Amino acid sequence: MYSDMTKGQKHRFVRHRLTTRLWHWVNALCLLVLLMSGLMIFNAHPRLYWGEYGANDDYAWAAVGSSQTMGYVRLGETRIETTGFIGNWRDSNGKVQTWAFPGWATIPSYYSLAEGRRWHFFFAWIFSIGLTLFMIASLLNRHVQQDLHIRRPEWHPSRIWADIRNHFRLRFHEPDSINIYNILQKFSYSGVIFILLPLMIFTGLAMSPAMDANWPWLTDIFGGRQSARSIHFIGMFLMVLFFIVHMALLLLSGPFKQTWGMITGGEREAGPE
Amino acid sequence: MIKVAETPLMGRRALLTSGAVGLAGLLSGCDALSRNQTFQNILSSAEDANFLVHRALGDRMQLASEYSIADLSPKFRPNGTRNPGTPDYTASAAQGFSDWQLRLTGLFAKPQNFSLPALQSMPQRTQITRHDCVEGWSAIGQWTGVPLKLLLDQAQLLRSARFLVFHCADRLGGRPYYESIDLLDAFHPQTILAHRLNGEALPIENGAPLRLRVERQLGYKHAKYVTGIEAVASLDNIGGGKGGYWEDVANYEWYAGV
Repeated sequence: MYSDMTKGQKHRFVRHRLTTRLWHWVNALCLLVLLMSGLMIFNAHPRLYWGEYGANDDYAWAAVGSSQTMGYVRLGETRIETTGFIGNWRDSNGKVQTWAFPGWATIPSYYSLAEGRRWHFFFAWIFSIGLTLFMIASLLNRHVQQDLHIRRPEWHPSRIWADIRNHFRLRFHEPDSINIYNILQKFSYSGVIFILLPLMIFTGLAMSPAMDANWPWLTDIFGGRQSARSIHFIGMFLMVLFFIVHMALLLLSGPFKQTWGMITGGEREAGPE
Repeated sequence: MIKVAETPLMGRRALLTSGAVGLAGLLSGCDALSRNQTFQNILSSAEDANFLVHRALGDRMQLASEYSIADLSPKFRPNGTRNPGTPDYTASAAQGFSDWQLRLTGLFAKPQNFSLPALQSMPQRTQITRHDCVEGWSAIGQWTGVPLKLLLDQAQLLRSARFLVFHCADRLGGRPYYESIDLLDAFHPQTILAHRLNGEALPIENGAPLRLRVERQLGYKHAKYVTGIEAVASLDNIGGGKGGYWEDVANYEWYAGV
């Protein structure tokens, strides 16, 4: 009886479940490799289009321009000079390179579309399998229902506004709440796990000519192969934004305690009385 | 009070520093791994997985999407060799490729040559499809040509054949261009030897007079300036042994469905 109770209590007070922790770190590695190898793939043709087709003679809504003297990013009709960073940068030997993204941001650091693709597709498999297993496990162990599920009152604008104000006051947890996530956390985690990450997988698949033959509806959903490629790139950008906010909040809320918690499980701030 | 504030700040700095050091280590580590053959082989297992899944999903003879005239790219971007420029090729081009010969060799019961006019007098297929380059761009074009299956049937492909190798008139960096496909793609209804693009004779920059269309794979598989088709049991002794020019030279995947 006694040991059962302590076991039950111990389980209740672990902040992050084992499946969550395992997936978190596997996923973090996958996303880093996918980002950097994806930037290498982008370097082979640094132009983005809307629609089914798009090549050098067609209008690109976003493009990287480069020459021996300067680099720039063009968004629509707006040019932003990016010399030293995008389109014109110096490699580790001090030599000027005119590929879009610099070597420190790509895998491999030297230009190789073939190797970038190898890294990308291998880690895409690990990432997709990992996400699928995490979703199944999180439904079974009720992580989704207990922690991520946004309850009806939490959708109320006044509650959301109160949570935004709490964030500005660096208060991330209501002392009397049994939730491990606040409302904004629930929105961002659910959005990433259930919308953004699956979107990355499906826009990725939509770029494959063989998958398009198997599943012609896939490219149609996104409005064409080049649209899928553009959405894939925008999704990458949103993931980077998520990461920056994730890191900022980590630093503001006790980086060691939080990181250690994501490794060992940690403790819940408050347990049910 | 100051001490309390200082501790987490130091912690943050240490964390950022270790993060930066970790990233630098990861970068050089990735380059080293990229050059490591064993690790390359592990990464390449994704190519096998892609191939198996693509072939397992749906109908193996599933057609690639076809489009209408309204969907055509205003300009079909040429890539790779724009003109083989050899004396033989230039002489043949001067007479509209009327002397062009397509040689079927290797594992056929009846190896034979087809002239361009002979190919043009056979039943034709016209398809408007999307061409996807490995670099990321796409172009939609209308292709007309003879289904490869008709040639394989006429020359009587032997049961021992497993791959078809496409030999080309162009050379890149001193090496002849070539590509190869398996029999599933070879007998696919959309796999044609095209001699027309957008209703006109195939331009030289797009592969005149004959170019392979293998619609469920990336552009580098679509061999241009095709002079011969060799049926083989293994790709080991062809070129560098990896089944294609880019596969040999730059390690591109032989299966280019992604």
